[in-house]
Amino acid sequence: MNLYEHVSSNKRKSFLLIALFFIIIVTLGYFFGFYIGAPVIGLLIAFVFSTIMVLISYYSGDKLILKMSHATPADRKKYPHLVNTVEGLSIAAGIPTPKIYVINDTAINAFATGRDPKNASVTVTTGAVTRLKRDELEGVIAHELSHIRNYDIRMMMFVVILVGIVALLSDFFLRTIIYNKRHREIKGPIAALLILLGFILALLAPLISQLIKFAVSRQREYLADADGSLLSRNPQGLANALTKIKNDKEPLVEAANKATAHLFIENPLRTFKGRINSLFSTHPPIQERIKRLQRL
Amino acid sequence: MASIILGVIFGILAFIVLFIIVTFNSLIMLRNRVDNAWSQIDVQLKRRYDLIPNLVNAVKGYIKHERGTLTEITKMRSKLISGSMSEKAKASDAISNALKTIFAVSEDYPKLQASENFKMLQEELAGTESKIAFSRQFYNDNVMSLNNKIQQFPSNIIANWLNFKEKEFFKSEEREKKPVKVEF
Repeated sequence: MNLYEHVSSNKRKSFLLIALFFIIIVTLGYFFGFYIGAPVIGLLIAFVFSTIMVLISYYSGDKLILKMSHATPADRKKYPHLVNTVEGLSIAAGIPTPKIYVINDTAINAFATGRDPKNASVTVTTGAVTRLKRDELEGVIAHELSHIRNYDIRMMMFVVILVGIVALLSDFFLRTIIYNKRHREIKGPIAALLILLGFILALLAPLISQLIKFAVSRQREYLADADGSLLSRNPQGLANALTKIKNDKEPLVEAANKATAHLFIENPLRTFKGRINSLFSTHPPIQERIKRLQRL
Repeated sequence: MASIILGVIFGILAFIVLFIIVTFNSLIMLRNRVDNAWSQIDVQLKRRYDLIPNLVNAVKGYIKHERGTLTEITKMRSKLISGSMSEKAKASDAISNALKTIFAVSEDYPKLQASENFKMLQEELAGTESKIAFSRQFYNDNVMSLNNKIQQFPSNIIANWLNFKEKEFFKSEEREKKPVKVEF
């Protein structure tokens, strides 16, 4: 798959994700409307709600993600080396220089977000700036810039925001149902419907995590590793950076969470013992990535 | 019968015209990309041109033995912004080497190393250095796409007919193949 095919595949997948989001929310809205006795109103609310949510995630999803991760803009005076590296590699990638942010954390990690190369940002931890050598940092930044160039960022941003909203909503509905069942003895068809709805939602949650896995397949990381090496012309740089992360005693990024974890270059929720939450193991094994880079 | 033949001829003609249009447009696009990539290199060369006098001023009080290198840098500097592409490439490579020498030698001067101004200049020049390398890489990649299009069949027919010229790669010597070792 060349770059242009990759870009259109990502745009298509982003669109499918939005469509799926609409279907789920509108279905939920219908059930909710049915429950309160006005299905049309439920539908209408769901439609308006999902439209607003899609617009928000398209235009400010990246800002939300940056805020969630406690990222602050990187000052050229304070991080001249980082700024120069991003600027240089952007020239090589043929994209405008993205905005640059830092997360104050000693762990080594980085992520990119945004909706297209013109509206994108790269975020690195201060640990990455201080602890990586020049060519290692170049490798990491090049990996992130290839995510930007091939529109992985748009796809992944939608995954974070939209899947996050659905997960939150189903959680909310489930709680409501459980609460109602305990405190109000609802009988008849409505109770049956609620139980059914609860079932659907309970089924939905694991499905969503499957969706995350599907959307941010491991292949995406391997591809960005390879593309990044093409940019920096030095696969060993990224391989060394990944080795440093692998051997790090404290690889946990405090400000990362399950929703944003898959954005990072390497799983930020990993503890040193290597225990990974299996449901969210969105990153390929680091040893395998290093091996593949060294074969390039 | 006649109308079928006419239809076929018309179809072939339409196909040829379409092919010419598509090829022409992609040639134009590739050529514009090359020009744009070239201007990226120029921006970085200009930046380096501007930084060099500051560096010379910062180090000339300290570095006595490397006067020759400093004069060479100053001499080569003007070629960064005027001259043919290969002259620019040559000057750029010569300056890269001379800068490496200066930064290596500067490590013997703790006072110079401690100066904020020098540290800032060193980072800026190193940054510009890698940007030149990256913009050169981007330029050469684009030149290769354009040249491929001009040479490959069947687009070479259109390219020759419309007088598209192959572009020159930005390189000076055999430098790319082996890294330069700086001896002291």
